[in-house]
Amino acid sequence: MSAAALAARGGVLSQVGLLAGRSVVHAMRAPAQLVFPIVFPLVLLAVNTSGLDAATKLPGFPTASYLDFALAVPFMQGALFAALNGGQDLARDIENGFLDRLALTPMSGGALLAGQLGGALFTGVVSAILYLLVGVAIGAGIAAGVGGALVLLVLAVTICMAFACFGTFVALRAGSGEAVQGFFPLFFVLLFLSSAFFPRDLIEQDWFRTIATYNPVSYMVEGLRSLVITGWDTGALAASFAIAAAAIVLFLALSSRALRTRLVRT
Amino acid sequence: MSRIGRTRSVALAVAGRGLHNTFTNPALWMPSVLFPLFFFIAFAGGLSNVQNAPGFEYGAGYTAFQFGFICIQAAAFGGVFTGFSVAADFEFGFARRLMLAAPNRGGIVIGYVLWAMARAAFVIAVVFAAGLISGMSFEGSFADLVALLVLSLAVSIVATLWSAGIAMRLRTMQAGPAMQMPIFILMFLAPVYVPLALIAGWVHEVARFNPVTALLESSRGFIAGDPTKVALSAACLVVLFVLAASWARGGLRSAERAG
Repeated sequence: MSAAALAARGGVLSQVGLLAGRSVVHAMRAPAQLVFPIVFPLVLLAVNTSGLDAATKLPGFPTASYLDFALAVPFMQGALFAALNGGQDLARDIENGFLDRLALTPMSGGALLAGQLGGALFTGVVSAILYLLVGVAIGAGIAAGVGGALVLLVLAVTICMAFACFGTFVALRAGSGEAVQGFFPLFFVLLFLSSAFFPRDLIEQDWFRTIATYNPVSYMVEGLRSLVITGWDTGALAASFAIAAAAIVLFLALSSRALRTRLVRT
Repeated sequence: MSRIGRTRSVALAVAGRGLHNTFTNPALWMPSVLFPLFFFIAFAGGLSNVQNAPGFEYGAGYTAFQFGFICIQAAAFGGVFTGFSVAADFEFGFARRLMLAAPNRGGIVIGYVLWAMARAAFVIAVVFAAGLISGMSFEGSFADLVALLVLSLAVSIVATLWSAGIAMRLRTMQAGPAMQMPIFILMFLAPVYVPLALIAGWVHEVARFNPVTALLESSRGFIAGDPTKVALSAACLVVLFVLAASWARGGLRSAERAG
């Protein structure tokens, strides 16, 4: 009996497992997809930590170490790369007809979505653990302690899933890898126009501070950062988890609708 | 027609075609404009308070400080984007036809360089206008402005020769990261956010010996009306030009061998 037939008999969980396994194997077989999202944010962390260390001398800067302040940024960048890769994988499946063939099997739409997100989740977990280990190894301190480090990982993976759901939605809606890539600069604009690199209350330019205040990415970063530099800041954590969870729900719903539309077309 | 005349006609034809393609297709010119413009907005807008850190000394203000970086970055990435176009020309077969038709193939590379320089000048003009609109102060003279443009165009030449060398060797658009990443890393291992003296850790040591540091200091010196390390920058650019030209020449030979 084929794996797909087994999955059809085994229910939704088996279906999810099969597709997620395929997604993870694909990520492992394309080292560039795994290595670049991990290495690039660490290089930028090193550069920014050295380049902006002087900012910690400003009155009101929340920590004496820019490394502690900036440690949240690689988690966000890792999430962006995971979203990009996950979206591109799905777009490729659409372009080469794999999704159409899956549509002929008894596989449920929910399982298809969850399975496709498996690769992004895997990349997110691996990169988040590495960022944390490297950060601590080069001298970052986690103010919230070991428990805080675990919550940091959970929050980072939740944020990663939020971006991956967005990537999935774009892939399903557009059905093209180029379209997914086209959205990548937008992610970076959101990151750079946030409080990722400077505390919001110390941003001098009013227009920039206003954009950063309305930018949800600021709250995601601040939630991650609070565990590193403040300790247990329930307000920052709640905002960060709430925005990430809301994004997951919203983009999963939109993805589900886009998938139905695409399968009807098939 | 003399050898120089043949080279010039090939170079002008290649540059003219490139400029026509670039300015009639927004997908080609927009990234090279938006990328530096975005960095300019993000850095000058979001990080300006860092100019109040003890030891930060640059009289023209943080927007001008960042403009000095953006000029060099726009010029370098203009070269990289031109490298992408060279790779695309090879991937889609146009470059091979061009090499068959051109009486002097060196003219093809010169044409690509002229194209990149025009592109860089356009991007710098746009970012400069954006800077002036946002209140950036340019304290240099007209001569300083010209010197800044010459410096940026020289960077554009070196970056184009580097990228074209890779494009002509690999002849695929998948070579993009190989063109982009070394330049990106060199750019950011230099005083991007603060002057060299305020950079901490190992990056400070790397930045001291990174030629991009001298280029940035000169660029910012011209903007502030206080030319800095001009001779060192010129020397760095001459060395980089010789290396990049040799690299591009090797790439051209490789493409010729591949037919």
